[in-house]
Amino acid sequence: MTNSTVLEVKNLETTFASKAGPVRAVNNVSYNIQKGQTLGVVGESGCGKSVTSYSLMRLIEKPGRISNGQIFLNGRDILKLNEAEMENVRGGEMAMIFQEPMTALNPVLTIGYQMDEQIMKHKKCSPKESRERAIEMLRLVGIPSPTERYESYPHQLSGGMRQRAMIAMALSCDPTFLIADEPTTALDVTIQAQILELIQNLQEKFNMTVQFITHDLGVISEVSDKVLVMYGGQTCEQADTQELFLNPHHPYTAALIASRPKFGERVQRLATIEGSVPAPFELPAGCPFVNRCSRVKSECKGHKPPLVEIKPGHTVACFNPL
Amino acid sequence: MTAFITRRILQTLAVIAVLSYVCFYLMSLMPGDPVDMMVASNPRITTEDVARLKSLYGLDQPVYKRYGAWMSSLLTGDLGYSRTYRVPVQELMGPRLFNTFLLSALALTFSLMLAIPLGVISALKPGSKTDYFMNMFSFAGISIPSFWLAIVLIIIFAVKFPIFPAGGTQSIGADGDGFWADFLDRSKYLVLPVLSLSIQQIGRFARFTRSAMLEAMRNDFIRTARAKGLPRSRVIWQHGFRNALIPLITILALSFSGLFSGAILTETVFAYQGVGKLVYDSIIGNDYNVAMISFVISVSMVLLMNLLADILYGFADPRISYR
Repeated sequence: MTNSTVLEVKNLETTFASKAGPVRAVNNVSYNIQKGQTLGVVGESGCGKSVTSYSLMRLIEKPGRISNGQIFLNGRDILKLNEAEMENVRGGEMAMIFQEPMTALNPVLTIGYQMDEQIMKHKKCSPKESRERAIEMLRLVGIPSPTERYESYPHQLSGGMRQRAMIAMALSCDPTFLIADEPTTALDVTIQAQILELIQNLQEKFNMTVQFITHDLGVISEVSDKVLVMYGGQTCEQADTQELFLNPHHPYTAALIASRPKFGERVQRLATIEGSVPAPFELPAGCPFVNRCSRVKSECKGHKPPLVEIKPGHTVACFNPL
Repeated sequence: MTAFITRRILQTLAVIAVLSYVCFYLMSLMPGDPVDMMVASNPRITTEDVARLKSLYGLDQPVYKRYGAWMSSLLTGDLGYSRTYRVPVQELMGPRLFNTFLLSALALTFSLMLAIPLGVISALKPGSKTDYFMNMFSFAGISIPSFWLAIVLIIIFAVKFPIFPAGGTQSIGADGDGFWADFLDRSKYLVLPVLSLSIQQIGRFARFTRSAMLEAMRNDFIRTARAKGLPRSRVIWQHGFRNALIPLITILALSFSGLFSGAILTETVFAYQGVGKLVYDSIIGNDYNVAMISFVISVSMVLLMNLLADILYGFADPRISYR
């Protein structure tokens, strides 16, 4: 495995225009992912995980826009590409799997048609070759009788099968970088495990780089090499997976880990984090976590904590880390 | 699918039969009958003559027997005789129906060709200037009464600037100058009526397309389609519009059913030889045969177009299946 950087995000900032002024949904986020590795992005709902990944695909719709930063995919700044060049990147070099397998496929078009569209666009091949490729991909993701499923409509497939079809579609054009946006959230637990295993197998097979977004820490600990913890559109903590779970330094990370139920332990109440994620337009002036933090100090209120590397490869944005 | 269509056609025929009886009965409830009209224009007729005429035309029979007689002759292809025009109904109505159909179909095609792109464009940029302009135009179109618009069009394009004829269907003696000459002549007479009918329909269809399209473009699969790298036009038409089509079919089918009856006012203002005025006159003049055929055609159009809409749903939306 070569240690080259596939994705490098620098100071990414995504802003949404609103009546109350511009709202920063993603604020100065930087990270990179090495070839063949998986970065897990965790955080509660509304912390900017999904907006980050849509920004990578440049799928931010008005009134939103990427207001600052650089995104290098295989060394090329994709924010500088024009729309036609970007279309070649989307679904080709970089693909995405979505959360809702029920609604992410077009109900009036067959699975095969929806796959062919993409394959023919990126591979520039004949319909016959595209069909062969699509059926091969359906077989690869473990869909039984793929030739028949190719002709099926999404509603004729179960949720798990649809997510498999979604994965087949995303991988059909050999992407080097895959974004999986909560791909298992809408599925039941046994199917979740299968889908996770499938993604990991395919990642190894194609030497793909993956950004895996989830709010499920159990999933993160299983799939990712590095973890990025986000809160209020900002980076809280970033470290290798094992390091992060063993030595969390940000109070938010620690609280997230503490609120997980532990196997074999019977407790009356699970630990929670008091309060909820502030909406992006009412973020506090200092640290975004200030109102819910157990270790809050006076300087947290007025100043944003800078991101500091406290160990090699472990960065934290906190004035009073654990 | 075949079983479904067969069953629906049988149902449709049954409904047509029932409704035609209802119409027939309602006609008989109207004060007076054709013989009374004849009497009114002939003061020297005697009471015996009246009784003889009534039994000659079968008007002394009960309604259901008259309906039976009318229906059985209808099924043999005999539509009867128009009392007021003194010609067989098919000879009278055939060309009129064709004229009305031509007018309505042209107006519908023209308005759809404009309304669908307009609706899609404004759905893609809701709240934009284009959108506001389209909405304003649509509401203006919907609100302006068609007879008023027709008169304004005549004043502008026939009186001030005599580009098009003010009314009529074709020039006198123009028939038989060859196909293209006739075609051009008739087109000239169609422009203003088609325009006045269309302006209203454009507004309606554009508003409808806009809302269906807005709905469709909010779906998650639109994002998937974009994430696949498809060009914007393909995302809009293949994924967005393809889904917006399903609700559009409903309003289209209902509009089609008005093809033969929806232009009475326009036809009157432009003195267009369509079926609208004829139907009105036949009801007022107790011309039973003409009126009944018009009713049957109107009823059948509504029912058949609903049937067609149901069948089209099956093609537009694979989630709908017919058993």
